[in-house]
Amino acid sequence: MKAFTYERARSPAEAADAVARRPDAKFIAGGTNLIDLMKLQIEAPAHLVDVNALGLDRIEPVASSEGGGLRVGALVRNTDLAADARVRKDYAVLSRALLSGASAQLRNRATTAGNLLQRTRCPYFYDTQQPCNKRQPGSGCSAVGGVTRSLAVIGASTACIATHPSDMAVAMRVLDAQVETVQPDGHTRRIPIADFHRLPGDTPHVENALAQGELVTSVWLPPPVGGEQVYRKVRDRASYAFALVSVAAIRQRDGSARVAFGGVAPRPWRVEAAEAQLAKGVHTFFGQAFAGAAPQHDNAFKLQLAERLLGDVLHPARS
Amino acid sequence: MDDGRTSLSRRDVLIASAGTATIMAADAAPAAAAAPSRMKDSDMGPVRIEVNGQPHTLDLDTRTTLLDALREHLQLTGTKKGCDHGQCGACTVLLDGRRVNSCLTFVVMLDGAKVTTIEGLGTPQRMHPLQAAFVAHDGYQCGYCTPGQICSAAGMLDELQRGVPSHVTADLSARPLLSAEELRERMSGNLCRCGAYANIADAITSVGVNGGAA
Repeated sequence: MKAFTYERARSPAEAADAVARRPDAKFIAGGTNLIDLMKLQIEAPAHLVDVNALGLDRIEPVASSEGGGLRVGALVRNTDLAADARVRKDYAVLSRALLSGASAQLRNRATTAGNLLQRTRCPYFYDTQQPCNKRQPGSGCSAVGGVTRSLAVIGASTACIATHPSDMAVAMRVLDAQVETVQPDGHTRRIPIADFHRLPGDTPHVENALAQGELVTSVWLPPPVGGEQVYRKVRDRASYAFALVSVAAIRQRDGSARVAFGGVAPRPWRVEAAEAQLAKGVHTFFGQAFAGAAPQHDNAFKLQLAERLLGDVLHPARS
Repeated sequence: MDDGRTSLSRRDVLIASAGTATIMAADAAPAAAAAPSRMKDSDMGPVRIEVNGQPHTLDLDTRTTLLDALREHLQLTGTKKGCDHGQCGACTVLLDGRRVNSCLTFVVMLDGAKVTTIEGLGTPQRMHPLQAAFVAHDGYQCGYCTPGQICSAAGMLDELQRGVPSHVTADLSARPLLSAEELRERMSGNLCRCGAYANIADAITSVGVNGGAA
């Protein structure tokens, strides 16, 4: 691991300023992904700004005059978010998604903001002997034409076909969450989750909408929308594995639904316009939601799997 | 069982020969009280940490993980290094009462934290119920994953008691119970390459049920 200096920030604005002033600096919170990547020298920050003492670890209701819903602090651990009584009752898809990810040890440490900001698990991103446009912009993508079973079938580019690994973010996508940040100059902003993760295009190393030094302070969940909330994940093991395909769905009594997919794209994949087609059946919806899909030679199964999984989620077979 | 008094174990020899210059018990080093609460642009970070009830002040390279601090600097070698990437669970300890992978946290981040390792859960003379259960149920083969399994199980039973749900909990509004399915899901962060899972599950179940967690 490369050597780094360390400081403990005392306020969000101070943290943002400390990272903004040094392009080689990073925030550290739970550390479960960053430390792993630092050991492999995929990440090599020269300076770490520890944000754990910033008090951003609460889940608080938002007054209805300010939009209602819940504000989830950036430092709320995955275990605590999944176990929160309000989340279990009103945002069950989020609890379910969190509980399907990682191991209990990791969920005890991993934070809400860190989960959103985790890096891809593309095997070529992890193999420092191979070119990778995320690791080294312009070096090329080893995954295209390589072993692609776990990789993206839509939203990718010729420069990168990595998937975003988060389950939590897929649930937040159907909940229309917004990411709240503070910038180095002290200004705050809200970024809709739909705009938070970037598609790779020609710059796959630019993974989200944050500027250098911009710090996620919380995630806002809009007022509960009710409905039946489901998160279904298919993976190679029964537990503690990333999704091959996952579906987050909120189904209402009138048959309408919000649907997002994980494991298929560089960000949670939701096409709102296609959701109106659900009344015409899963196949019609799927054709629109996955229009333009470009699977590789060994991950085309994900398309069939995703459609079948959605069918089972929306119209479970009666026993 | 070795009574630990008359014979010098291999571990004692290793401990006696290990360099201890970088660590100080807090009571032996009053100057440690002056450790700054905030560090700026320093690649060495003095940290006060309590391990198994003992206060320590560590002044280590910022790259030192909690796992390496325990093993290499505090001579607490019960916590094992398996994969060193958070995938196997052999390094599981309780950090402020919650189970974590000690390989994936820097000790410099843990100022003021309380850590419990397998050595702190119980001793050969006064074993923790989980330690006794692993012996009674033969919950190991080579034993390398065992400290992590036991620390993880201790954290898991506490999570269950606090009502933390899991991926297999059918009803998110109900209090989860220790079923075989729940146990396997909740312990999935601890691998045993010998495959001693059947007896590990029996050992944990015996404590979970008798300990009143279920």
